Amino acid sequence: MRRQSTYRLAALGGLVANVTFGLLKVALLLSAVEAGGGELAGYDPATMAAYIWISQGLLGSVNLHGRSEIADRIKTGDVAVDFLRPLDVQLAAITTETGRAVFSLLPRGLPSVLLGAIVVDMATPDSLLSYPLGATSLLLGIVVSAATAYLVAASGFWLVETRGVAILYMVASGFLAGLFVPIRLFPDWLHAVATATPFPSMLIYPVDILSGRVEGAAAVSLVLLQLLWLAVVLGTGQLMTRSGRRRLEVQGG
Amino acid sequence: MVDRTAERSRTLTDQLPRGRTAPYRAVLGARMRAQRSYRGNFVLDLASSLLVGLVELAEVWVLFAAVDRLGGLDFTAILLVFGLADLAFSLADLAFGHCDTLPTYLRAGTLDVFYLRPQPLLLQLITSDISLRRLARAAVGLGALTAGLVVNDIAWSPAAVLLLALATLSGVATFAAMFVWAAGVQFFLVEGSEATNAFVYGGRYAASQPASVWGRPLTVLFGFFFPMAFTAYLPVVTLLELPGSELLPGWAGWCAPAAAVWAWCLAAFSWRIGVRHYQGAGG
Repeated sequence: MRRQSTYRLAALGGLVANVTFGLLKVALLLSAVEAGGGELAGYDPATMAAYIWISQGLLGSVNLHGRSEIADRIKTGDVAVDFLRPLDVQLAAITTETGRAVFSLLPRGLPSVLLGAIVVDMATPDSLLSYPLGATSLLLGIVVSAATAYLVAASGFWLVETRGVAILYMVASGFLAGLFVPIRLFPDWLHAVATATPFPSMLIYPVDILSGRVEGAAAVSLVLLQLLWLAVVLGTGQLMTRSGRRRLEVQGG
Repeated sequence: MVDRTAERSRTLTDQLPRGRTAPYRAVLGARMRAQRSYRGNFVLDLASSLLVGLVELAEVWVLFAAVDRLGGLDFTAILLVFGLADLAFSLADLAFGHCDTLPTYLRAGTLDVFYLRPQPLLLQLITSDISLRRLARAAVGLGALTAGLVVNDIAWSPAAVLLLALATLSGVATFAAMFVWAAGVQFFLVEGSEATNAFVYGGRYAASQPASVWGRPLTVLFGFFFPMAFTAYLPVVTLLELPGSELLPGWAGWCAPAAAVWAWCLAAFSWRIGVRHYQGAGG
């Protein structure tokens, strides 16, 4: 976390970008809600606004680009050193990413949510239970994204250059996680496709809970769904790491 | 043997471009060949740019499928706006997108090298690279634009063709100006390049939206200061003879060239100030 806090100007630049895109999304999506007669797929103006600002705030924390430090280490062969350490390579990579991501919530997440709350009316959950549940879901979302991005990196044991996989990840994650349009607005078949991937767990589920669009038992089941996806991607990552380790060839001495 | 070597070197020099633009053409040609020589990577780049473009189009489609009409436009009309904006942006990106790497040069101190050569700095920066993969994006834009022109009910006339041509050219010029403007500001920001990206790439996002949904502050920012509404939305409104809004009337599509001129004034000003501010890394 500490090493991220030194780049203040970069953080400010990121905030400017978040807010500009956020304002454009507000204009477009709120007029879409208006065109839908004040409600669109369960979103009213306030929950839509909350969706936009919370998801903008999460941009710096949730990995929607597929790049990671460990990917470079696998490509260069530095990962051989990591295998010598008494740490699990996969878990170490994911916890490092998560630390970075949780820190980003401070300079990027909070200000964009606060600015959003000032500019437009934002919905807040009615039940108090939604707050701890939302926070849990948020953290789970970050970990799921880090664990899925790790899969991209681990494909490097076989491919070496993972840029192509990372681009595929980027394209799929932004769209299916509901970054530009909430996945509830998708046509049914596309919504089904999205829910069959881990991507909604990263962004739209936590946002739906934090904005109060989903409450009570439905919210709990979203968190359980996130846990399920976390188990799936962690398990896959562990398998890939084990067989990748046997594939790994490092040159030089 | 000697003769043959001399002959070969003569044919080599014959192949090199001549004239004042020769150095630029030589560098650009080499860059293009270099990109194509890693064939696998190049195909991947093209395919991924194509995919990104298609997914962005899908995002627009999802939204318009959910509500039918947005800001006075239906999906067929927004297809034109998206196509025009995307085509213009990716053509500008093809040539000027490389300005984005200025912060890297500034940090590494390699910009000084450009100063050693007897050519204008900006021209060198632009021609130092060209990204052929942006052609895939341009193809998505062109596809959307063509589809939009076919499905919309357009009163074809010489004026309509002129409007379309003017809009495309001005759009490319406007987006190119945005890249140069951002590069000028980079001399001050260096680490904060994301701030200018907000307006360059945010501007591209803005350009593909119906500008009529914006509130007053956004209209001032992306309608006039950075004239994004003039790159696609307004020309389409004029072409389809739709009613505009109070601040952005229906005939304003004809003002696209004026918007491009304004954007270039902004760019020239920013670039000049930036270059004056720059003080080398020494060494």
